[in-house]
Formats: sequence, structure tokens, C-alpha cells
Amino acid sequence: MIDIPSTIRISFRALRVNKMRSALTMLGIIIGVGAVIAMLAVGTGAAQRLGEQLASMGSNLIMIVPGSSTAGGVRMGAGTQSTLSIGDADAIQKECPAVLYVAPVHSGAGQVVYGNQNWSTGITGTTANMLLVRDWPLTEGRPFTDEEVRSAAKVCLLGQTVVENLFGGINPIGQIIRIKNVPFTVIGVLEAKGQDPGGHDQDDVVYIPVTTAQKKLFGTTFPGMIRTIMVKARSGDDLAAAEQQINELLKQRHHIGVRQDDDFTVRNLTQMMQAAEQQTAVMNLLLGAIASVSLLVGGIGIMNIMLVSVTERTREIGIRMAIGAKTWDIRLQFIIEALILSLIGGLAGLIAGITASEILSALAGWNTVITPLSLLLSLGFSGIVGVFFGFYPAYKASLLDPIEALRYE
Amino acid sequence: MALIETQEITKTYRLGDIALNALNNVSLTIEKGEFIAIMGPSGSGKSTFMNILGCLDKPTSGRYLLEGIDVAHMDRDELASIRNKKLGFVFQGFNLLPRTSALENVELPLLYDGLPAKERAERSGAALAKVGLEGRENHHPNQLSGGQQQRVAIARALVNNSPIILADEPTGNLDTKTSFEIMELFVKLNKESNITIILVTHEKDIADFSRRFIFFRDGVVLSDEFSVKT
Repeated sequence: MIDIPSTIRISFRALRVNKMRSALTMLGIIIGVGAVIAMLAVGTGAAQRLGEQLASMGSNLIMIVPGSSTAGGVRMGAGTQSTLSIGDADAIQKECPAVLYVAPVHSGAGQVVYGNQNWSTGITGTTANMLLVRDWPLTEGRPFTDEEVRSAAKVCLLGQTVVENLFGGINPIGQIIRIKNVPFTVIGVLEAKGQDPGGHDQDDVVYIPVTTAQKKLFGTTFPGMIRTIMVKARSGDDLAAAEQQINELLKQRHHIGVRQDDDFTVRNLTQMMQAAEQQTAVMNLLLGAIASVSLLVGGIGIMNIMLVSVTERTREIGIRMAIGAKTWDIRLQFIIEALILSLIGGLAGLIAGITASEILSALAGWNTVITPLSLLLSLGFSGIVGVFFGFYPAYKASLLDPIEALRYE
Repeated sequence: MALIETQEITKTYRLGDIALNALNNVSLTIEKGEFIAIMGPSGSGKSTFMNILGCLDKPTSGRYLLEGIDVAHMDRDELASIRNKKLGFVFQGFNLLPRTSALENVELPLLYDGLPAKERAERSGAALAKVGLEGRENHHPNQLSGGQQQRVAIARALVNNSPIILADEPTGNLDTKTSFEIMELFVKLNKESNITIILVTHEKDIADFSRRFIFFRDGVVLSDEFSVKT
């Protein structure tokens, strides 16, 4: 077999002879590889942002909301009925083995005042377990104690957005704020979480003990009623089991017969998140596939030019054959030439793709992520395109009759 | 054992229903160290004969023994290998690769023989020196005169130590003075290195450099005579 470095040198020389033509041929690959990288960067960026948002909500989450109420035949929508109680939450914690933590939620909106500052936000009555369910650490202070929950103490934890709007630079721990004119002591500050996948600011929140919310701020239809229950399953694999256990337990506790509709709904948030993630993955794949088409077109351009090149260099091929070039010597020469075209194009496309994604994130504000895998993938793919589309011209060249080729003018 | 032996070689071309015998039962024996001129009008079959001798074409029937080995039925790559190791070609139009230095042109047969770069360069340099082109290694064909280009081609034919050089009208594109210089180079190679030289020519004064004359007409050998002078 012929020695490869010499063949590479010969190929470079052949490509240099037609600089403009080589550059234009490469342009197809440059655009193709650039498009693949930019598209994958946009897709991966979107997936990454979604993933961060999903993670910020907490993992293995299940949410239980009351069923819809019906008033005179008009169904009012999910959560309009008050059917869940603190007792349900405690029972789930005790009796469902697949459940790790349970946090009851009784929430409402209200104005929060500190000194001459005020802010309207969501007030969530819950227990200390909420922080565990949501994987939400405190940056300062401490969570509620059981005693504080039991005694309906007037203490609160603040989200970052609330802290910024009320306190500015002041340390909020130990300060007294008024929520709907009831004074509360700030005992902790929650870590910043950012937006959830729905675009809501998760940091715009005040946590207070659930009992305080029920008795002092929002009231209840019946004593002990709550709006929702948040549940964290033991693991991702336990989600389905936890869902089923909760369903069975609540049916029993709420005395729901076989033919009756449930008066509650169990929602698997993680499943919803996974569906969203899958959608992003499909989107990503689609973007990549569309971009690959341009790479394919670039490959056809290479084949076109290589065919022209074989015809132009018929005499050279004849000389090489007369001198002793074997079938694969000739093939290899043209395949390497096509490979060089596509790989140089691929490298330039790499730079083009990275630049394009930088520009996209700078101008459109999109989150773009370039992974080493996408670089490797598109460069490898351009190499495959080069070999694939270089093979036919090389094959044609190798089948030339040396006598005819030598006679070619 | 003869260097080259052809036994009843026939080459038939088919043009529709008409079969045309370009060569008809040509049997010839060529010994090592001979210097042969093949002559004949165009269409006489001499080019076809040269192509078969050069393993560029296969006979329709008959046997072609090169150093005792029948090459008539070898495949493409085997023939390529024979051309590489046993035969050197010199063409009328020089057939050097453009945009490629003299040295690299001479290296080509060694490249296809799979020799390492260093040895290729050494042997090619030596071959160029042998044809009187020392110091022109890095010139490209378009920087060389016709005679010099033909010398590069001869160096290329020599470099693999082939026992046979096939020259197809090697002086056809050269003026008389240069033609004679090239022929003297052939004579020298024939004498000093015992290389068998087979050349095709139209010109009597070029053919006179050789010691054996084979005339072709209508696909058969018309005459085969040895020079009296030696």
C-alpha cells in the first residue's frame, strides 16, 4: 500500500491548484457543520435551561389537589372544593411506604409590609417538611419547629424576591413584618431558585406555619382544611407506587365508592417534567436532522467537484497507472482528497458554528450550549460525508483504462 | 530463458460485426540487453504490440512470457505491479506530472512500490544524476526544456532498476540535436547498465541507434533483422 503522508501531500497540492473551487466546495461543508453545531447548541441550551428549572422545583414530586366542585350543574374546576385536610397529609406520611416527605399547603395572596416598604406576594402556609419536599435550603436563619407549627406561631421564611423588595440591604433575620396587618418575625431566608418551567418566579414567596395560615390569615371552610398536599416520593422508581398508595388511602379516607368520582386529583409533577424534557430532546433531534440536510448537500457538492477533478486529471491517472499505481492507490488518493476537503470544511464549520451560537445568544438572548460531543459528532459526520461522497469519483478513477487515460488530452 | 517471449499473440478489436485483427499471431523473442527499434506505418499494430509488451493491454489469445512468467492472464493489480518493477515507460509527450518537481516525478514508481521517503529521495536523486540532471531536482516540468523533461522521464523509468525500458517515439517532440542526445543516453544505458531498450519510431536515423529492427505491417511482423555494424 502507498504511503499515506505522501498521498496527503499530493492531495493538498491538487487542491491548491484550484483554490477558489476548493474553497467553494468546502463552503457547503462549512455551512452544514456550522448549522449542525449552532442548532445543537440552541437545542442543548434550551434543554439545559428547562432541566435547571425542573430541578429547581424539586425531584420526585407529587401534588394532590382537591377535585372540582359542582354548583347547580356548573363544574367549577379543579381545586374549588375543600376536601383535603391536615389529617390526610399526616395519614399519607404515616401509611404510604413509598412516600418520603409530605407537606400540607394552605396558601393565599397578601400584602407584606416592612417599615415604609410594601410588597404583594403569595403567602404559603406549610410545615418545615416543605423545605425537604422542595429540596430548598435556607441561606440564613432556621426552619419552623414542630412546636411553632402546632402553636400557630407568627414566624415566617422569606424568598429572595421578597427580601430584595422589602429589605434592600438590611439583614431581615429577627425583623418584624406585617402580613395582612398581622405581625410576623422573620426567622429564615430561602435560597434563590429562579423561575419554574412555567415562568413563575419561585422566589416571590413567604412561608408561614400552616396552622397560622388557617387560623390567622385565610381561614378555612371546615377546621383543618388545606388547599393542596405536596409529596416527595422515596425515589424516581417509587413515584408510581406512591401515586397508587396515595390514591387508595385517600379513597378510603374520603369514603369514595367504586362508581363515584374521586374528590381529589393526584398529579405526578415529575412525569410532567419528563414529558417536557422528552419534547425538548425530540426538538433537539429535529433541529440536528434539519441541519444535517445541509451537510448532505455539501457532500454532494464534494462529489460533484471530485467527478470534475477525475475527468480533468484523466491523463495524470493514466501516468500513475502506467507507472504502477494499483486500484486502491488511485482510489485512496481521491478519497483522501475528498476527506481533506470535508475535514478542512468541517474545522472551519466548527469555528463558524461556535461563532453563530455566540452571536445567537448575544443577539437573541438564547441560552446556547456547545458540547464537546456535538463538535466531535459534526466533525466526524463531515469526515464520513467526505469518504462517502468521495468514494464514487475515486471508484470511477480507479476503473479507467490506462491506455485510454494516457491518450486523453 | 529469454527476457521476453511472445507466442502467437493475437489482438482482436470488435467494431460492431467486424472483427479487426490488430495483431495476428506475433511470435518474437527478445533477449536481455537488446536494443530494438520497432517500426511500421500507422495502423500496423506496433502500438498495440507495445501496449501488450508494456502490460497495459492484454492479448486476445497467445502467451506473453516476461522472464518466463505468463503475464497475459494477470489481473489489473498484478499487471500494475509488473509495470512498476519490470518496466519503465518513456512517452513521446514526456507525461510528467505538472506542478510536481523533477525529483517527485522520478519518485513516483518508488512511491507505488511502497518505499520509505528517505530511500525514495536518495534513489531518485541518483537516477537524475545518471541522466545528467544533477541540480535540477526541484525544477518543475514547465521550468525544463523538452530534452530535460524527457531526461526526467527516463530517470523515472530507470529508478526502479527495471530491466526493460519501453520508449514510444521518445524523440517525436524534440529537435534533431536533442533527439540525438536522448538516443545517446539510451545507448549509454543499454551499454553500461545492460538495460533492454525497445523503442517505437518512424525515423530511420533514430532507429539506426539500435541493433535490431522489427517492421510491422497489418498486424504481422514483416521483417526482423539485426544491424550489421553492432
